[in-house]
Amino acid sequence: MFLIPDSVGRFFHRMASPPHFYAFTEKLLPWLTGIFLILLACGLYGGLYLAPPDYQQGDSYRIIYIHVPSAWMSLFIYMMMAVAGAIGLIWRIKLAEIVAISSASVGASFTFIALVTGSLWGKPMWGTWWVWDARLTSELILLFLYLGVIGLYNAIDDKRTASKAVAILALVGVVNIPIIHYSVEWWNTLHQGPTVTKMDKPSIHVSMLVPLLLMALAFKFYYVIAMLQRAKLELLQRERTANWVKKLIEEQK
Amino acid sequence: MKPIRRQRLILIILMVVGIGTAVGFALKSFNENLMYFFSTTDVMAGKAPKDALFRLGGMVVKGSVQRPGDGLTVHFKLTDFSKEVAVEYTGILPDLFREGQGIVANGKLDERGVFVAQEVLAKHDENYMPPEVKASLKKQVEGK
Repeated sequence: MFLIPDSVGRFFHRMASPPHFYAFTEKLLPWLTGIFLILLACGLYGGLYLAPPDYQQGDSYRIIYIHVPSAWMSLFIYMMMAVAGAIGLIWRIKLAEIVAISSASVGASFTFIALVTGSLWGKPMWGTWWVWDARLTSELILLFLYLGVIGLYNAIDDKRTASKAVAILALVGVVNIPIIHYSVEWWNTLHQGPTVTKMDKPSIHVSMLVPLLLMALAFKFYYVIAMLQRAKLELLQRERTANWVKKLIEEQK
Repeated sequence: MKPIRRQRLILIILMVVGIGTAVGFALKSFNENLMYFFSTTDVMAGKAPKDALFRLGGMVVKGSVQRPGDGLTVHFKLTDFSKEVAVEYTGILPDLFREGQGIVANGKLDERGVFVAQEVLAKHDENYMPPEVKASLKKQVEGK
């Protein structure tokens, strides 16, 4: 770890200690929630009110302000989960295991939202709720991967063993992430190609792009908030016999 | 990094790379089946199934949409900018069906070589812009 400055190294080292992590997130969460609400309000106002209608789809295109950030998050959270899982496997850091499993249900929710909003848009625009093209199918597999991770974790009583099993499953599923992203370029699909995440200039007008990016940022904050809250709960459950948890409960009384 | 951790890291990297390669080969061999539709060039080259339903995708050729009679039957041509295929469809078209727009039709070829569609889906493109911008773009193109 010679590339990482000492202060950063120390920060992560301290974060890996459960009582420290707990106290730190406690302080961090109100700030994150505040930033999230502001970003969400700006993004929704910009997307639903300020942004002009599309030349072809009129107002129906506005579902992208939910659909696209959710789909991005479904991939982003999966990578976070897999990386946290790998860190847990290699360094046996309990908190990395907790971050991995706490990400799973948030990721599953975003995947579900992306699939449902896409379907609602598909009916009027394409003329069908669902097709088995490469993009839609691989995104559905992603949902099953998330559900598999959650199910596997709950099926094993010893949570440290469960975390290892889950991390391996998550790492196996990583192969699906580039498939989802490039599916629209590698194969003929009904789903359109990428608008923003490509080498070229985004093929979306800037007045529509800004609220989209705001929403994407808001969703990132939402993920961190939801994941940290789940992580706190998971941590308390795992450490319920530890002294710092007992002290915390005494203080709450 | 401690040797045991390095070993685990290498093991994980090997696992991810191995699975990636295996899936990559599998996808490559199933490539044809993963295509949601055939292009018009594929159909002209005889790659599409003869007596079975298949999906045909392409751009609706500008000025090719005709409605003979007053029914729901539409005739149009699809292109991938190299070969064209004539399509016949009876039914309600989706909102985004327009000339110059991509569509995917499900159906089969009849003996005349016309693709008789049972279902027509519009394929949206990745462009989003306000109507005014589209209008000014159009003006620029016409001005040239």
